Amino acid sequence: MLLVVALAPGLIGLVRKVKARLTRRRGAPILQPYRDIARLMRKEAVLAENASWLFRATPYLVFAATWVAAALVPTFATGLQFSWTADLIAIVALLGSARFFLALAGMDIGTSFGGLGASREMMIASVAEPAMLLTVFSIALVAGSTQLSTVAQVMAMPEVGLRVSLGMALVALVIVAIAENARIPVDNPATHLELTMVHEAMVLEYSGRHLAMIEIAAALKLLLYVSLIACIFWPWGTAREEAGVGAMAFGALAYLAKVATAGVALGVLETAIAKMRVFRVPDFLGAALMLGLLGTLLLFVSRSL
Amino acid sequence: MVELAALSALSLVMLSLGAVAWGGGARISGLVYGLSALACLGPGAAGIAILGGVPPQMLTLPVGLPWIGAHLRLDALSAVFLILIAIGGAAASVYAIGYGRHESAPERVVPFFPAFIGAMTLVVLADDAFSFLVCWEVMSLLSWALVLAHHRAPEVRSAAYLYLVMAAFGTMALLLAFGLLAGGNGAYAFSAIRTASRPDSVAVAVLALVLVGAGSKAGLAPLHVWLPQAHPAAPSHVSALMSGVMTKVAVYAFIRVAFDLVGPLPWWISPALLMLGASTAVLGILNAMMADDMKRLLAYSTIENIGVIFAALGLALAFRANGMTAPAALALTAALFHAFNHMTFKSLLFMGAGAVLTATGRRDLDGLGGLIHRMPVTSVLTLIGVTAISALPPLNGFASEWLLFQSILLSPGLPQLGLQIIVPAAGGLLALAAALAAAAFVRLYGVGFLGRSRSDAARDAREVDRCMLVAMTGLGSLCVLAGIVPAFVLDALAPAVDQLTANRLPQQMAEPWLTLIPVAEARSTYNPLLVFAFIAIAASASALAMHRFGSRALRRGPAWDCGFPEPSPATQYGAASFAQPIRRVLGSQILRASETVDMPPPGDPRPARHRVTMHDVIWERLYLSVARGVVYVSARLNGLQFLTIRVYLSLVMGSLVGLLLAVALWH
Repeated sequence: MLLVVALAPGLIGLVRKVKARLTRRRGAPILQPYRDIARLMRKEAVLAENASWLFRATPYLVFAATWVAAALVPTFATGLQFSWTADLIAIVALLGSARFFLALAGMDIGTSFGGLGASREMMIASVAEPAMLLTVFSIALVAGSTQLSTVAQVMAMPEVGLRVSLGMALVALVIVAIAENARIPVDNPATHLELTMVHEAMVLEYSGRHLAMIEIAAALKLLLYVSLIACIFWPWGTAREEAGVGAMAFGALAYLAKVATAGVALGVLETAIAKMRVFRVPDFLGAALMLGLLGTLLLFVSRSL
Repeated sequence: MVELAALSALSLVMLSLGAVAWGGGARISGLVYGLSALACLGPGAAGIAILGGVPPQMLTLPVGLPWIGAHLRLDALSAVFLILIAIGGAAASVYAIGYGRHESAPERVVPFFPAFIGAMTLVVLADDAFSFLVCWEVMSLLSWALVLAHHRAPEVRSAAYLYLVMAAFGTMALLLAFGLLAGGNGAYAFSAIRTASRPDSVAVAVLALVLVGAGSKAGLAPLHVWLPQAHPAAPSHVSALMSGVMTKVAVYAFIRVAFDLVGPLPWWISPALLMLGASTAVLGILNAMMADDMKRLLAYSTIENIGVIFAALGLALAFRANGMTAPAALALTAALFHAFNHMTFKSLLFMGAGAVLTATGRRDLDGLGGLIHRMPVTSVLTLIGVTAISALPPLNGFASEWLLFQSILLSPGLPQLGLQIIVPAAGGLLALAAALAAAAFVRLYGVGFLGRSRSDAARDAREVDRCMLVAMTGLGSLCVLAGIVPAFVLDALAPAVDQLTANRLPQQMAEPWLTLIPVAEARSTYNPLLVFAFIAIAASASALAMHRFGSRALRRGPAWDCGFPEPSPATQYGAASFAQPIRRVLGSQILRASETVDMPPPGDPRPARHRVTMHDVIWERLYLSVARGVVYVSARLNGLQFLTIRVYLSLVMGSLVGLLLAVALWH
């Protein structure tokens, strides 16, 4: 569980590094996000005058919900301790809880930016969440389970092979992951400009240790989606629960390689395309919704597609 | 046990009569509400005993039709809904002890309130069509009287009128349904109806009629139009009772007929029911997202939840028609559990809205804000309610939706292609409704309770009294408990599910750590207890670590807002602005929302205006055209009132001859 927290800021640093190199800048070192978080932790927190207890509690709640969700995704080995606590649907809903409280915190101060971020975030979520759930449906229908450990084991079997429905699910899941993590083309994590802000507008009033918690939670969420996609669609190298130390170590190495690949791919993608207008985002996510629905329908009609 | 339940129901009715005798004024309102809360304990205890294993019991009362009497029966299904009514009724009564003190016209509320709870109890107990329909109609009329409590406001009068028309229409449909069920020889007892066999066509007709009758009471689209007008018009404790409990009595009526009385049904009615439920859910929550009035928003969200429950029931019927009893039991459990959960959080939220109404006198979201500072306890309890209703773990709303999604995932086993296409589409719609619910309730809580106060009334709000808070705390803790230990509730529902689907979920309390395992461990598990514990541990550990290793310094300053915040509270996001993105994305087709901007030219001092118009397509297309038809026909027939006596006599003569001829031809 601690592993994901330790690794998450590194992934953010890697993506930033890749983006900088692609635009011929040298870029900050990969360890920079760790330093940022440490710096934020040491600073005093400035609260707006009418901030309520909810505003102060939210960073910890958001972090806790995201962390529990991230800890439930198999990283380098399946069947980890307590992995039966919740299934894929519950993981989606846990992320929903985190978003719910973050949106409430955005509304708490009573500024125009907070409300703007919260209302746009909920709009994006109201399309992204059904798309995600439909993707979960099609994965669950292939694997016969919503339990992630079981899903990963089934997906590693050679009989599963290439399927149309899984391809659709992969595309849908990638789109949802981009939207949920506020990456380009849905949102730009690097700006403070009102036309482009969604997530950043929501957390605008946070500072100090509260902001540090929110940054860690955002990094964790990105790592969660990367791990999720890796464990479902690319289970190569993942160790079984009864495997020995060697297999575990190999699994860990494979996992690191997968995360690094995903980070580089995300950096390339973000450099290559431009940010969308906010009202184009539902069309983009609508494509994910349709793909998810089509994938599920295909599986209902024929189990072998 | 059935005697206890019946006695409590009758004592509730007597309490109402007593209140009338005592004048029903403010003097006795606390006493009446207190006694009605006590009387709710009887049905609750009876229901718990039946679910605990006491066999079903019958009772015949010597009232009603001569030589037949009124039959009452308490079985597991009745017991589930009896408990639901008892909890909702008791909470609303306790709440009303405090809320009733602020009532402007107590004599219009107090006398009807206990009898309303009593009538709902008797509907659930009734074991023959006659007493069922009488109690149903009494329940409708009493709730109509309660809606009309503040009759001086014109919108209340029109809401009550619409409700009365729809209630009469619904009862007529139920009357016809029971007429078809009883058949030619008039066997109106449920036991006789249950054993009779009937062709598929009659069974489907009965189901359609019950869907109209019960669906119009529950708020199923397109018969829902009265609900968002009538539920908010009533005093808040009555709104809580109507939305939280009375809609469940309608669900009970549907389950009783569809699963118990009518017998086997063909499979092809279930996709219709599924689609109806899922689209009701989306339509309801989309309207809730746009509503500016707090209680109206809650009423629309009731429509959403009723849609979810009916979709689950449709799924259960589909499984049952194909003989798949285990998935049918799962879907029915999800429906019953969601009905229970909706009672808890919807009553809680209506009470929260009532508390805000008491403290500020307003219920429009744009006049509120900042209440979390002024009403701390109400705010925490409402937060529990909105988290639960948004289907977020680890509270109870998510537990029942999770079960529903699990039963959807079992549906590839269904043999019919039609169902296989409808079920995933309905699943997508339900997921959309769940996501929109979260957005709608962020809006309710964020605009209503957070931010800065938008009016003087909200700025000077005071926390409400203890009775109201006690009732809300009770419901709030039920939301949390049923969310963290759903295994207990599911095991309690098992006898009722077993009675209707001849199967039940595996016993959940026996699993280690109280994990929910509806089908098999490798398939899906959810352990809310551990999820809750992990979140609590992670949140407090991270807070401790932050304060220990980081900084604990805290400073208050003005809000940042990217530079120069405007001090006026009107610059915050309001109800309409929060809804704008979703209105634009989804509302432009379904609600036909359009925005017009009136920007004055330079030099013109009048303010610019931004106006949103929305159309209720169902109301305009369906209801207004029916109303126009009625007006047209009655205008035509008006001429019949001004004829001479000769014409009347010949009309009477003609119709007599016609009728006799029809009888002769019939034989």
